[in-house]
Amino acid sequence: MRIHLLACLTLLAPALTGAQATRLRVPTTVDTLPNGLTLIVHEDHSVPRVATNVWYRVGSGDERPGRTGFAHLFEHLMFMGSENAPYPQFDKLLEAAGAANNGSTTEDRTNYYEFGPSNSLPLMLWLEADRMGWLLPTMDSAKVDAQRDIVKNERRQSYENQPYGVAADILPPALYPKGHPYSWPVIGSMADLSAASLEDVKDFFRRNYAPNNAAIVVAGAVNTDSVRRLVRQYFSSIPRGPAISRPTPPRFTVRDTAIVAEDRVQLPQLYLAWHTVDANHKDAAPLDILSYLLSGARNSRLTNTLVYQREIASSVSAFSDAKRLDGDYSIVARARPGQGLDSLKVAIERELARLASEGPTARELEQAKNARESSFLNQLEFINSKADQLNQYAYFKGTPDYFQKELDELRAVTAADIKRVITTYLRGPRVMLSIVPTGKRELAATRVTIQ
Amino acid sequence: MTGPMRFFTLLFLAPAALSAQVPQPGLAPAAPLGIPAVRSSVTPNGIQLRVVEQHELPLVQVTLTVTGGSRLDDRTPGVATFMAGMLDEGAGTRDALALQSELAYLGANLSTTADWDRFTVGLKVPLRALPAALALMSDVVLRPTFQAEEVRRQRDLRLTGLLQARDQPNTLAGLAFNQVVYPASHPYARSALGDSVTVAAYDSALVRRFYEGAMRPDRASLFVVGDITEAQVRTLVEQHFGAWRATGAAIPLPAPPAAITPTATTRVWLVDKPEAAQSVIMIGWPGVERTSPDYAALQVMNTLLGGSFTSRLNMNLRETKGYSYGAGSGFSYRVVPGPFIASSSVRTNVTDSSLVEIFKELRGVRDVAVPEDELNRAKAYVELGIPGTLESTSQVAGQMALLATFGLTLDELPRLAARVRAVTAADVQRVAREYLTPDRAHVVVVGDLAKVKTPIEQLGLGTATTLEVSKIAR
Repeated sequence: MRIHLLACLTLLAPALTGAQATRLRVPTTVDTLPNGLTLIVHEDHSVPRVATNVWYRVGSGDERPGRTGFAHLFEHLMFMGSENAPYPQFDKLLEAAGAANNGSTTEDRTNYYEFGPSNSLPLMLWLEADRMGWLLPTMDSAKVDAQRDIVKNERRQSYENQPYGVAADILPPALYPKGHPYSWPVIGSMADLSAASLEDVKDFFRRNYAPNNAAIVVAGAVNTDSVRRLVRQYFSSIPRGPAISRPTPPRFTVRDTAIVAEDRVQLPQLYLAWHTVDANHKDAAPLDILSYLLSGARNSRLTNTLVYQREIASSVSAFSDAKRLDGDYSIVARARPGQGLDSLKVAIERELARLASEGPTARELEQAKNARESSFLNQLEFINSKADQLNQYAYFKGTPDYFQKELDELRAVTAADIKRVITTYLRGPRVMLSIVPTGKRELAATRVTIQ
Repeated sequence: MTGPMRFFTLLFLAPAALSAQVPQPGLAPAAPLGIPAVRSSVTPNGIQLRVVEQHELPLVQVTLTVTGGSRLDDRTPGVATFMAGMLDEGAGTRDALALQSELAYLGANLSTTADWDRFTVGLKVPLRALPAALALMSDVVLRPTFQAEEVRRQRDLRLTGLLQARDQPNTLAGLAFNQVVYPASHPYARSALGDSVTVAAYDSALVRRFYEGAMRPDRASLFVVGDITEAQVRTLVEQHFGAWRATGAAIPLPAPPAAITPTATTRVWLVDKPEAAQSVIMIGWPGVERTSPDYAALQVMNTLLGGSFTSRLNMNLRETKGYSYGAGSGFSYRVVPGPFIASSSVRTNVTDSSLVEIFKELRGVRDVAVPEDELNRAKAYVELGIPGTLESTSQVAGQMALLATFGLTLDELPRLAARVRAVTAADVQRVAREYLTPDRAHVVVVGDLAKVKTPIEQLGLGTATTLEVSKIAR
């Protein structure tokens, strides 16, 4: 762990509200190889460990209708062996070096990461290079079929066999218009997963898995110049792929929608979801702070009212999901036994209206900022999460060391901002989903006319 | 591959297809395992103090542990975890809401928990706010209010949580497993969260009595890691914890329960979850002590059986057969040994086949010596993973606290690394034979019994019994 703190070390002191005395820096070196690959190196010699983190700038938002879930299925296929590291050498070689690895897929990107002893860095980079450059020669239908089955099992385990898991299928198409890149779940549908073919796989790789669509972060106990040499050695001969264009989806307005779904659960759960803004919008930070004001702590507005004072909910959470192209905001509340979802809905609406008209107190806002800042910094103790954050900033913000700027944006949020974002985004059309115990539709929240 | 497709591939990827990848790099020796220096002392009121200075960030982790935990539950199942959860629901002059508001305002994170062996209060805080946050932590540990209204509120929330355990197949499987593996007299037969009958009886007086008997300075240890010197820590600890005195009689730490007689033959326990997309499987038996001389060999054995991605259970059930998203195994190391469990969530229509494959792997490590490359991979994975548990201030404090539960210190880690390096294929087979008992196993399956019951019974693993959800998740 080494974050450079210039000037004084009183980073989180409440007394320093809004002060710019402290600057948080995560020093990096950024290179672009002739084939378009971006390399970001951050040295941190506090422990003899290293993390590599590769972002391919492709996610479920880049899928075609009828092939939903494909970006994630492809993520699985990246572990199925490449020409010089045949299956299952990727995992075996890393484990034998004491290193762990994984990957994940969102709407916007697919990441792959390794972390382990610093001496395993050349192996990590070589393996990433081999699957970036030499994956297709060994790809076949058997691999696709095998990982398709595993992804279907993942879908069963993470959604179908989980209480309330059905929400993941219902919300995206209700919030986003048909054809919008965020209108289907990242995991995809069973039917689309079944339809994916070997040709789809090859086509997807050629279009998206080229060096010019990727960025590698190396963070940890490394020497920057050695990393640059190794990356050039392993990745230089991988050819640039076609240029990628990502059309911006048209703006839209959510249609006010009420949905009721039954599930084998004991208690009903309410989802209220609104269309908001993308991650680079100026309102992303106020919406983030708003989530803490509503449900980040026991004394937050919704938690306090619904869980502590009125005891009508067993839990409530509000979160802002600002993605690269667009965003949404959700409030999820689970009823206590004997409560229908209408009482939760009314209580939530009342609190939103109250906060929109009064605004948060100065003390409340300061607590939210301090708590957000603290969790932001604690996460930077791990080279793994620092590496992923550098990659996210590089893609979303165009510069990897955006840490202080993000803190500045959170710090700058005012009570007026909070009032404005509630009024602008959370008082208009929304998706209201009630998941109720089988046969108990009377517990669902009822639709009311907005305005 | 079709003709046109191949052509297209070559045309498109010509440079990659023609230029060779450079050879696989070798591995330089790993850096030696560095263990941070620990300063040890005892406060006048009996608190064990351990301090590690780490000056990279202006952060401090303070972890207080008190020996005890859910072992002390006795006739009031669930009270240890409940009392721990109540510690920060009002303390000193502040109620639950004011207390959290104050902590968050300082940028501090405070958590209060209990596991089977100890109570833990953890504080992570920016250095600047440490004195103010320690004053609040001291309230939480020394002066919890257990106000009647807060106790009632949290009790009702816990009752709601217990009801919802019935929705969660993994939770149900775990509850059923503990009830069949351990006799009713054993603490592990009951849930550490209690049940709806015991929890309904909680009140402020009961929780306070338990607190006074359980939370005592002479059972406490403080682990402090971060940007601070030992001298500063001692001053602050004296200031905030120096007044801590035990009240009334201590709840005695119970003698270890009698050794468990394993089941004579394998038993099968079925729990119905109609229309479930998957079956949750747990197979296991009582486990082994953390302080066992076989610990290093057991870690290596379990890593290759079910403790890593390339382990036999995961490669078989997930990768080869496609039955599951993942399969694994592990020993629960506690003061009173916890169970060994091999588990997976599998597609409903391959539940019986999955059981066959899990048993095949449990027997495989007993019957045949592991190949050298598999052994070496597991050994490296265990040994070289150790430094990864010492990256952050919280991890260092957590490791010290966990080791201390078993009477060990950080110095144990290099010794463990050396013992792992020395493990042989014969050691792995020996501990597999001693600690894996697939012929005397408990098999729990939570799934759609209309579809899986008959196929499972036809395997002839052992007597099959169906358990009622309402009796498992009471």
